[in-house]
Amino acid sequence: MTPIALMGALEIGLIFALVALGVLISFRILDFPDLTADGSFPLGGAVAATLIAGGHDPWLACGFGALAGAASGLVTAWLHVRLNILQLLASILVMIALYSINLRIMGAPNMPLIGSPTVFAPFIGEALENSWLVQPAVLAVIIVAAKIALDLFFASQTGLAMRATGANPRMARAQGVATERMVLSGMALSNALIALAGALYVQTQGGADVSMGVGTIVVGLAAVIIGETLLPSRKLWVITLATIIGALLYRLLIAVALNADFIGLQAQDLNLITALLVGGALVLPQLKAKLRRKGGKAS
Amino acid sequence: MNFPRRTVLAALLAASLSPFATAADMKSVAVTAIVDHPALDAARKGVEDELKAAGFEAGKQIKYQYQSAQGNPATAAQIARKFIGDGPDVIVAIATPSAQAAVAGTRSIPVVFTAVTDPVAAKLVKSWKAGNGNVTGVSDMLKLSSQVDLISKVKPGAKRVGMVYSPGEVNSVIVAKELKAELAKRGMTLVEAPAARTVDVAPAAKSLIGKVDVIYTSTDNNVVSTYESLVGVAQQAKIPLVAADTDSVKRGATAALGQNYYDIGRQTGKLVVRILKGEKAAAIAPQVGEKLSLTLNQGAAQKQGVTLSPALLKEAKEIIK
Repeated sequence: MTPIALMGALEIGLIFALVALGVLISFRILDFPDLTADGSFPLGGAVAATLIAGGHDPWLACGFGALAGAASGLVTAWLHVRLNILQLLASILVMIALYSINLRIMGAPNMPLIGSPTVFAPFIGEALENSWLVQPAVLAVIIVAAKIALDLFFASQTGLAMRATGANPRMARAQGVATERMVLSGMALSNALIALAGALYVQTQGGADVSMGVGTIVVGLAAVIIGETLLPSRKLWVITLATIIGALLYRLLIAVALNADFIGLQAQDLNLITALLVGGALVLPQLKAKLRRKGGKAS
Repeated sequence: MNFPRRTVLAALLAASLSPFATAADMKSVAVTAIVDHPALDAARKGVEDELKAAGFEAGKQIKYQYQSAQGNPATAAQIARKFIGDGPDVIVAIATPSAQAAVAGTRSIPVVFTAVTDPVAAKLVKSWKAGNGNVTGVSDMLKLSSQVDLISKVKPGAKRVGMVYSPGEVNSVIVAKELKAELAKRGMTLVEAPAARTVDVAPAAKSLIGKVDVIYTSTDNNVVSTYESLVGVAQQAKIPLVAADTDSVKRGATAALGQNYYDIGRQTGKLVVRILKGEKAAAIAPQVGEKLSLTLNQGAAQKQGVTLSPALLKEAKEIIK
């Protein structure tokens, strides 16, 4: 694998680390199965791309992209909390609605940003010769900042209340936690992160496409699961770290698959490899537990 | 218990970094597509065959690799990075998202796009003229003047042309706008019937009955997905259907003057060969697919109330009975 391919894998891994952190909040912390991601990721991209193409500041575009994502998460949570629509169904409704909304926002199925200003552009040379290094570096700073902010948030009073809401809603309510508000704000935060990832993604990839959300949730989940399998912990700062590592590893494995002519794998095998990877990560903890039990008996 | 985990990680890291080998003197071509489907596969086959015909056989005279993103834009991005890292002599990018990912990542490696409808709108190139840096390619846009020629040949004297299309598809919206202008030049008019969903296609077509002499369909996804329902209306009302793609003729349109994606691939391959032989991508203007093939359906024509002229039948590359 060339250094550029490796950095490319890290770059997309870092973007999906934000998605994975969002998925971690909905699935693991709030225990809310949420498919909004497939819509909120391109939503963030669509909003950011439209603003950038309209001549606005790329950082501002990222901010509004994240805000739009927060709104979509809020709608999903509201459908569940207030209208009692099943969680999965509520998120599917928002996801499909977002497809049309994204088309409306962009006014076309594809919005190119090639040559437009981006948050990375000030650091990149005219010939794009250092873009492969600059983009992952800037992203790494953003992701580390997001991780630290999340860790601090989940150690705060509100953050703890949110974790309690997901872990045991009845107990949380008994302790005076406004669980509905926690679900609403947690889902908003989750999808804000995912949409921010979308906003950054379009700035690295030359444009937004209405199809770019396909499979976002699978990648996010895969990252969370790989992370917690490889680095199991109850400490939240380790869990967020594991999630980021999971996202990076996932993309690294895809890069290996793309470069794996030497073991006879081809690009067509990619989806199969993904499924095997996630399946393997899911089974690994059980195997480990079994081994441990056997080991215990023997000794 | 930490030991196996570390071994796995070490093995992965080793596997990801090991193959650094690249053949130094052989020319290399890297092809990427956003997804595998018949039209895009045909374009790729065309590129490969043209390379072979020019003496660049994959694995013999050139190093050739192909990767499909399988519909996932993030994978397309990663493939683009892999290719840019490999530093091939030419990157061939099939369809818009793959082309955008490649063009966003390099200004030094020549990128040749194919099966992109409007490369200027997609910002792959600044203009249709030469001088677009490292980017050139072949578009699958259809010239609407020749489409109107065909409409007039299928239904001589036709004045009012109906078009069913989805207002949410940018390509269809553009075709409708340009077709209107082209028809106006010849004293003909366009009657639009928007259909937002596939189930709206048949009612939209029915709304055209009595208002039009002929119905033209573009490569609109909604319309093409449910072409049979349109064919049903056309037969009832005896209105001939003229399509933009030859596959729709097999499904019941009377005629189409469409592009063959294999031919577009061959044309793209010619550009790749020119670059491999030392021409600069900037010196080559983006092209539009130039080979059009006429397909006719005599059975459909009869049911839709037209008789195809012997001259037209003679022109056809394929005639379905």
